[in-house]
Amino acid sequence: MTLFSRRSALRAIGLAATLLAGVSATAAFAQDRTSIKIGYAISKTGANAGGAGITTLPNYQLWVHDVNEAGGLELPDGTRLPIEVIEYDDRSSSEEVVRAVERLATQDEVDFILVPWGTGFNLAVAPLFDRFGYPQLAVSAVTDKAPEFVQRWKKSFWLLGGGHDYTEALAKILVEQRDAGTINGEVAVISVADGFGIDLINAARQSFADAGITMAYDVTYPVGTTDFTPMLNEAAATGADSFIAFSYPPDTFALTQQAQVAQYNPKVLYMGVGVGFPVYAANNGDKIEGIMSLGGIDVTNEKVMDYRARHEEFIGQAPDWWGSVITYASLEMLQEAIKRRGLDREAVSEELSTGTFETVLGETKLEDNQLRQLWFGGQWQDGNFVAIAPADREGASAPILPKAPWPAQ
Amino acid sequence: MITTLITGLVLGGTYALIAMGLTLQYGISRIMNLAYGEILIFAAFAAFLLFSTLGINPIVGLLLVLPAAFAFGYVIYGVMMQPLVRRSAKSGTLEVDSILATFGLLFVIQGVMLVTFGSNYTSYNFLNTGINVFGANVAANRLLAFALAVIIGASLFYVLTRTRWGTTIRAIAVNPNAAPLVGIDVNRTARFAFALGTMLAASGGVMISMYQTFNASMGVVFTMKALVIVIMGGLGNLMGALVAGLLLGVVETLVATYVDPGLTLAATYVIFLAVLLWKPAGLFGKASGR
Repeated sequence: MTLFSRRSALRAIGLAATLLAGVSATAAFAQDRTSIKIGYAISKTGANAGGAGITTLPNYQLWVHDVNEAGGLELPDGTRLPIEVIEYDDRSSSEEVVRAVERLATQDEVDFILVPWGTGFNLAVAPLFDRFGYPQLAVSAVTDKAPEFVQRWKKSFWLLGGGHDYTEALAKILVEQRDAGTINGEVAVISVADGFGIDLINAARQSFADAGITMAYDVTYPVGTTDFTPMLNEAAATGADSFIAFSYPPDTFALTQQAQVAQYNPKVLYMGVGVGFPVYAANNGDKIEGIMSLGGIDVTNEKVMDYRARHEEFIGQAPDWWGSVITYASLEMLQEAIKRRGLDREAVSEELSTGTFETVLGETKLEDNQLRQLWFGGQWQDGNFVAIAPADREGASAPILPKAPWPAQ
Repeated sequence: MITTLITGLVLGGTYALIAMGLTLQYGISRIMNLAYGEILIFAAFAAFLLFSTLGINPIVGLLLVLPAAFAFGYVIYGVMMQPLVRRSAKSGTLEVDSILATFGLLFVIQGVMLVTFGSNYTSYNFLNTGINVFGANVAANRLLAFALAVIIGASLFYVLTRTRWGTTIRAIAVNPNAAPLVGIDVNRTARFAFALGTMLAASGGVMISMYQTFNASMGVVFTMKALVIVIMGGLGNLMGALVAGLLLGVVETLVATYVDPGLTLAATYVIFLAVLLWKPAGLFGKASGR
């Protein structure tokens, strides 16, 4: 929700002033260039705009603001150049995102390209990034094929893990709870019949089978479904006391409301994208306590919490609790790599691949071009979506189960 | 079984509500309004704004949103559609022209919404409590949408079939060329019907905002659904839209419960095709000018 307030207008003026000040300050000693051009194509309209507008775009804006505020991107010789942004709207169309990235590389000749939002779009542009030699820091892309992609596209980096990572983490929690006698070990699962849902349900079938968890109900539903009552009723009738939905944001919101209406109180309630969105907490108040999903944040990590505060201050809304902080960290890595190796894209890619970086996540290092220091599961506890898996990683909270029944209406 | 039927009917009520305005606009004004869904979403945003900033309950909000939507429809018809209507008097190309014009309008409204409200998912909680209807737990907000659909449908049907003004409107739907011969101002009535249709779209939007997550890019989904229902029910037939909407809701819920939730979309189009094969003019096609 962006409404123009006086504050944001002032902020825009401030940003413009900083930009201009930065240009005049550095123009003297940066011989032929006055800025570093960074381009990106992002879904500002269309079906993907909702997700891109929360996880990706605000972080790009925040980062550009932060860098320019500090005088610009630092180069190996200690000079600083401000960032000049070239932004395109891909209108949530994969042809459009490909065209825009090609334009950024060939016509605008930008120095670096930031990634689009979504698994599908990152795959769509990966060959282009590779062909034109740009490093691709793919954040909002969950894929089990990352190791293969890294072989194919050497300058691609995959930062959000694969479907199996998330479902195995979930299976582990379920097994522990079953062994402790909290739940009966049967789960009801629904999944959206689209990219994310398909990836996750395939991984989940495998992970649950390996863990000896029975799927008492396993159906998929088409994108755009608004009425989940039949599925909730069926799931309740199976006797499974855990409910899992690999869902998209509108589905997640609808499921949360309809489960309350149906007085459906599974002991484990796990849903997909959207649980970590700021609007989710705002709309559902304390009813979200105990709901689980992918991602999570170590709330004792001061850097992350400081980042969250800055994000909320600058954008006017809090970041989500999963991909946002990783997006910001990926930009910090790029910034640091440029500082160490300059504008040589080949060298920057190599640095990203082998270097160790200090980011909001703490000390960050990629393994085989993939980020592995991730939180794979989280739970709403006391107003925060805290990380609960992997349980053995420092900063993890213990899950609180069974989830309390919905408050009486 | 009863639970399934009731949830299906309630779902269908919403479908019917959003389809009735479109059928009014197409059946009487002969404007195929592709920007219909955008108007609906705009009303949803309006209801959200009133609720979240001023604390105005969406039902009360209707009192503000509906007249505004009516005025908007009235103006749009005057500014955008009137020239098309005038031009097509000879060539008879109003359908095609209106499709192209409203296709443009779609992007204008969507653009305005994106600039004003951004692209984020929006939702709020209102009346999300379960109400027991014959043993089925139904959300109060959905029940309200259902009741509103039935009330609006029934009263409009009554007006159209039992009043002089309704007869005028139906005369235009039946034979727009002959209507002026009996002293009917076709243009004024068409404009009124278009504005009324816009108002119905807005009421659908307000209802939907109460229980569904929406964003600025979602309008097309609603236009598509409404289009399927309108064609199924018979163009320009309010009762047809109501029945077709309810039917679709029940079938979707039945399929989701007893067959597979993945097939709801397929089921929608199977019935759609079946109806078109069986009665090409729609369920109530013949009676479109009743």
